[in-house]
Amino acid sequence: MNAPRLLRDRIDSFPTHNIAGYGVRPGRSGPFGATLVPGGVNFAVYAGNATSVSVVLYKLGESDPTAEIAIPTDFRIGRVWAVTVFGLEYEDLEYGFRVYGPENAGINDRYDPTVVLSDPYAKVLGGREEWGKLPDYDRQYQHRSRLAFEDFDWEGDRPLRLPNEDMVVYEAHVRGLTRHPSSGVANPGTYAGLVEKIPYLQRLGVNCVELLPVFEFDEFGNSRLNTDTGEMLLNFWGYNTVGFFAPKAGYAATSRFGMQGDEFKNMVKALHAAGIEVMLDVVFNHTAEGNELGPNISFRGLDNQTYYMMTPDGYYFNFSGTGNTVNSNNPITRDFIVSCLRYWASEYHIDGFRFDLAAVLDRDENGVPLGNPPLIQALAHDPILRDCKLVAEAWDAGGLYQVGSFPNYHRWSEWNGKYRDTIRKFLKGDEGMIGELATRIAGSPDLYKGRGARASINFVTCHDGFTLADMVAYNDKHNEANGENNNDGANDNNSWNHGAEGPTDNPEIARIRDRQMKNAMLLLMTSRGVPMMLSGDEVGRTQKGNNNAYCQDSELSWFDWSQVDTNAELLEFASNVIAFRQAHPVLRGAHHPNSIDPSDCGHPEVSWHGTRAWQPDWSPGSRVLGIMWCGHHLDIDASPDYVYVVANSHWDSHDIELPVVDPGFVWHLFADTAQENAGACVLGDEEPLSNPNWYTVSPRSVVALVARPVS
Amino acid sequence: MKTRKRMVGEVAVIALSGGLDSNSAAEIRDKVTGQLADHEHVVVDFSGVTCVSSASIRAMLLIYRQAQALDRTVAVVGLSPEVRNVLAATGFLHFFVVAGSVTDAVTAVADQKGVNQLERATSVA
Repeated sequence: MNAPRLLRDRIDSFPTHNIAGYGVRPGRSGPFGATLVPGGVNFAVYAGNATSVSVVLYKLGESDPTAEIAIPTDFRIGRVWAVTVFGLEYEDLEYGFRVYGPENAGINDRYDPTVVLSDPYAKVLGGREEWGKLPDYDRQYQHRSRLAFEDFDWEGDRPLRLPNEDMVVYEAHVRGLTRHPSSGVANPGTYAGLVEKIPYLQRLGVNCVELLPVFEFDEFGNSRLNTDTGEMLLNFWGYNTVGFFAPKAGYAATSRFGMQGDEFKNMVKALHAAGIEVMLDVVFNHTAEGNELGPNISFRGLDNQTYYMMTPDGYYFNFSGTGNTVNSNNPITRDFIVSCLRYWASEYHIDGFRFDLAAVLDRDENGVPLGNPPLIQALAHDPILRDCKLVAEAWDAGGLYQVGSFPNYHRWSEWNGKYRDTIRKFLKGDEGMIGELATRIAGSPDLYKGRGARASINFVTCHDGFTLADMVAYNDKHNEANGENNNDGANDNNSWNHGAEGPTDNPEIARIRDRQMKNAMLLLMTSRGVPMMLSGDEVGRTQKGNNNAYCQDSELSWFDWSQVDTNAELLEFASNVIAFRQAHPVLRGAHHPNSIDPSDCGHPEVSWHGTRAWQPDWSPGSRVLGIMWCGHHLDIDASPDYVYVVANSHWDSHDIELPVVDPGFVWHLFADTAQENAGACVLGDEEPLSNPNWYTVSPRSVVALVARPVS
Repeated sequence: MKTRKRMVGEVAVIALSGGLDSNSAAEIRDKVTGQLADHEHVVVDFSGVTCVSSASIRAMLLIYRQAQALDRTVAVVGLSPEVRNVLAATGFLHFFVVAGSVTDAVTAVADQKGVNQLERATSVA
């Protein structure tokens, strides 16, 4: 076979200079970071007001550098220092930058040439390959930049582009999902381990996993001993990014071989093949470099005052509550963030991003909220990110609360904290919740008018706060294991223990807790908007009342897979209600439902009811709401689809008069959370009610009915 | 690192021994891809390999890619549990016909039908 002659040699693939024993030539100013080029590696780094920059080269894993290449000032274009270095053993290479600041450096500069800096664009970072292994702090260079090959074989994989409103999101922690000895996977706590649980996710019916931070972080950042137990508390959640372009090495079974990128991509590919999207929880509001006392890892030593919000007297603004605040609307920082997300969308086929403390990203360099934040706008309109979901956690630790008002450009959706609060308050029987409950179930038109229900990410629980099982078993947080005298974590949980704090032998309390978990699931899966559930809630995962398990790399956080058997009934309920949602498009409409009847079918898209049909009781003492969904308005040609949900948070049962729908249609029971040992049936097995006009809804329970022609 | 080639019928069997670092990985890659030009079926025997590096895993992937381009089949034998695990965790294992012994590997690559069956089996696993 005669291969066509390809142009492989460029005349610029030869050195022009020799520095520190290496052939080099003036580099290309972009892309930033280290790039494989014919015969060598191109390094390009933006370094603020630096007077001199060196590339420091290491042989893989060695403490001392093999060479240090001072980039000639002539090689600098603008503020970007670039050099192409030839003859590098790039498979065994680690590199960093040494940056010298000007003599007249300002109060907000942090140049420090004694430190070797990580490349903020590094695609692979060494130094924390094995999760939880105590780092060698004698090594000068901790988070070691490496090159990636980026030649993964995707075999035709494409992002799934599921419509927002069709998603059922499962918020999970890569390590926590399979680290427990009960997981039974070959590589516990890894990306590869998650792949082995895909059949479980499919059985549950979720179609999007939202992963807690997976960018390289240091689990030893702020690690400490629990004074009571002597146990080392690591940063388990990872909301302290060290490298934004590098996947967390300690989550890979293959990090010893530097193949975490391939392992991560294989996970994405396998999830996509199973019809499951991948959303990443990304943390751009702060970094692992901390405050005045924090270490120089990368940004600080490159151009501190560009990347961080600084006070005039040299301190770090702290809108993130974690020490520093990324200056995200600075054009240079903004470009960094946009490039990073483009990289994950294109190189890793990521389907969406959830932005931690996104309200921080609305602030200017002094922390003032902007009406038209350039970063948020740039992400909304970015051509590469156009099909990615963009989800804001629309608040921050500086008191900016933007649920319903986050600048959205018709692109952004939000974690709906008000949905969570309303459902929780309703379930524990608070007064005066019926009106707001209806608003939340309808997709929060008060918050998202003009944006549609698809802008509302509905959730009752997430990694922050109680698990579902703990929400119904504890009145108060129990965070003693975090070693901060129970002072950390939220105090405002809207939870209720139902008569005993924590585990109980009382079967009545256990029954009502089980029912309340099902109530929450059924309401979540029959609300307009995008439901998100917390991993493990479907099997009653407990954190023993800990509502802030960020430092618990232990059985407190890990998914205990024995619960799949011990709580099989709850799992079956969860999977049945998810299937129910997917079977009834009217529950998933992208828009807010009309309460008029524009297509004149006799019923509005949603209608509200009380104990009497068509008579909702909005009074403060009311604890019963009937919701009828009519699918006719979504698709006039489809056979009529009616769903009736009754939510009762009262301590008494109520006889509910059911609305009459089309002639020949009768109500069939899909779910009644008060029914023992089942609660919800498999789709298609719904039985007609014995009394077609009335149903008795038990205390503190939720019922779902469907109308079908009499068989 | 040493390589030894022998023919079993139409099948070229290349046995490796010693440590596989980035230098020897390039050598192996060149040797095996050289064999692919001349032989339709190649078996690579890793039983004698004492330690591996990331470079050697990349060499395997490059061999796979070359074989795919030339429409050749490559079977591997004697993978250490660690290498096998790395290939499984990255999803690369199903690129290769993995056999328990040289005899099985020779049979598998020589019998096209067998190859397909084995490939299917590893893809499903």
